Amino acid sequence: MNSDIFVVIEHLRGQVSDISYVMLAAARGMANATGGKVIAVILGHDVETLARDLAADRVLYMEHAAFADFSSDAYQRALEGVIKEHAPRAVLFGDTTMGGDVAAWLSTHLALPLVSACRTFRADAGALKFVSQICGGKMMAEGDLPAPTTLVLMVPGGYKPEQGRAAQAPELARVNAPALDDLRVTVKDYVEPAVGDVDVSKEAVVVSIGRGIQNQDNVELAEELAKALGGVVAGSRPVIDQGWLAPTRLVGKSGKAVKPKLYLALGISGAPEHVEAIGDSEMIVAINTDPAAPIFDIAKFGSQVDMLDLMPVLTEKVQQAKGL
Amino acid sequence: MNLVVPIKLVPDLVEELVIDASGARLDPDALRLKLNEFDDHAIEQAILLKEKGAGQVTVVAPDIEGVDDALFTAAAKGADRLIKLTGNWNNGVNNHALARVFANFVETLRPELILTGVQAHNDLDGAVGPQLAEHLGMPYVGYVSGVVVFDNKAQVRKEFPGGLIAEMDVVLPAVLGIQAAEKPPRYVPISKVRATMKTAKLETFPAAELETAGAPTTVRLFQPETGARATMLAGDADAVATRLVEIFREQGIL
Ligand SMILES: Cc1cc2nc3c(=O)[nH]c(=O)nc-3n(C[C@H](O)[C@H](O)[C@H](O)COP(=O)(O)OP(=O)(O)OC[C@H]3O[C@@H](n4cnc5c(N)ncnc54)[C@H](O)[C@@H]3O)c2cc1C
Ligand SMILES: Nc1ncnc2c1ncn2[C@@H]1O[C@H](COP(=O)(O)O)[C@@H](O)[C@H]1O
Repeated sequence: MNSDIFVVIEHLRGQVSDISYVMLAAARGMANATGGKVIAVILGHDVETLARDLAADRVLYMEHAAFADFSSDAYQRALEGVIKEHAPRAVLFGDTTMGGDVAAWLSTHLALPLVSACRTFRADAGALKFVSQICGGKMMAEGDLPAPTTLVLMVPGGYKPEQGRAAQAPELARVNAPALDDLRVTVKDYVEPAVGDVDVSKEAVVVSIGRGIQNQDNVELAEELAKALGGVVAGSRPVIDQGWLAPTRLVGKSGKAVKPKLYLALGISGAPEHVEAIGDSEMIVAINTDPAAPIFDIAKFGSQVDMLDLMPVLTEKVQQAKGL
Repeated sequence: MNLVVPIKLVPDLVEELVIDASGARLDPDALRLKLNEFDDHAIEQAILLKEKGAGQVTVVAPDIEGVDDALFTAAAKGADRLIKLTGNWNNGVNNHALARVFANFVETLRPELILTGVQAHNDLDGAVGPQLAEHLGMPYVGYVSGVVVFDNKAQVRKEFPGGLIAEMDVVLPAVLGIQAAEKPPRYVPISKVRATMKTAKLETFPAAELETAGAPTTVRLFQPETGARATMLAGDADAVATRLVEIFREQGIL
């Protein structure tokens, strides 16, 4: 049985994603427990640059024109052979828009077990256990990592990316890419994120609204509060998907990360995809009627009052305080 | 064109989640189930595609309690066929087992496009979409927020982190994991759903035998240990607002 831990490095347009370093940090702990090595796998070109600070014992890489952009079809076909050949103890993928398209397909194709939403691993008397974050961050599920080989989709939060960075470049080993003709999934073009009215990532005060806002008419209450505080309104995914705020105002995994002095989260539950983008805020204040909402785990101050009651009163008091 | 949308009910997270005596499962009696919100988007996307051209939308779900409402609501929005798969769903089923059974059945519908929700919040072994795709020999693209179909291709918008979107071509037939429909899911009044219940037909088909081995199992379920919880401010909106203004002052925000 192979005790190595493989990490499929996620990179987009020449940039290694943070989740890759998080996975390398996780893999190191696992490899220490299994006595194996940490092997990074890169599909791409300009591998020297991508690999230069990966905390891995070795890098296996494949180069092919088809890896210039992300194609699930190309990734699936390329990784299939590598996993089959090496049969490592675990293969880690980011539980992201890339890993998510690939790992579940491979696990079905290779008849290997898959663990998703994994946040941390634990070694218990030599056996590896996974802890996955489910139900929007409200529950953790722990279990044994099936042997001999399991594919894992990893979410951020359990390890610091810095722990997956190394001062020295790892050793590189090239593997031949399989034939990748007739890809059924191809990138035609990119649409850059809209540079909108405001850049929420640069604002000092962000008044952020979630599904608790209930309908479009109430958005104005948040606008008034933001104006009084000298900040801007942002929102969670459901609010943007309903069309109540512009896509430029989305905070979270698929939107912007923010680092304001004040992040006022109103009617936001604190799902992992939202929370991962607000951790650098100096102060988070959360208003949510559900006392068990995960947002209270990262907020400094919180209250269970109804946001719709609070917004107009708070606007008025802020205006008074400013002598307006 | 045949469009198939498999749908799933998930625990409503606004309710309190209770762990059962085994310590490894959510207590089913304490759960309120609702349609996975991404499925609402998948249904909407399918209906938008239908409205743009000829096509038939079939919504498929395991036959569990509460699913009729979700199916009738889909019909009220414009879905053509409603199908329930009967089987032994009671003890919960992992996604790999489910995908095998669904693939078996969905194949008989000869779909050009299968739209799943991109994921559900209670997965432990990955989303069903890419697994269905593998079984059916179709390509898969997830995190999709817009679909146009022409010739033998779907042109999709796939989301990457930070708001970047890739426009991709996907050869049909294909499975797409929908993150958001092109437009917000339409609202249908209850009265229309009720009227649909009287006319729409629910078809049932037996699912193949479930083969549940091989998936990871939860041994222990627990609420995340929290470090520092927020300091909770007591009182009504007025009291909380007063206290917040003080805090904002102390922090130099005001
Ligand atoms: C791939 C992927 C990417 C994603 N990217 C993002 C992203 O970038 N950003 C993002 O935000 N989400 C993202 N999500 C979605 C995320 O999983 C959650 O679904 C979303 O964050 C939930 O938004 P919410 O907190 O507003 O809604 P909910 O989870 O529904 O929470 C609403 C909250 O409001 C509270 N509430 C209701 N009424 C009131 C009231 N009157 N007063 C006070 N509180 C009230 C409720 O108690 C509840 O906690 C993504 C999901 C996926 C799968
Ligand atoms: N039990 C299920 N019944 C029907 N469809 C499902 C089921 N599980 C998953 N799906 C489909 O796959 C999508 C993603 O859910 P999941 O695979 O659980 O992440 C759902 O939104 C459905 O479209």
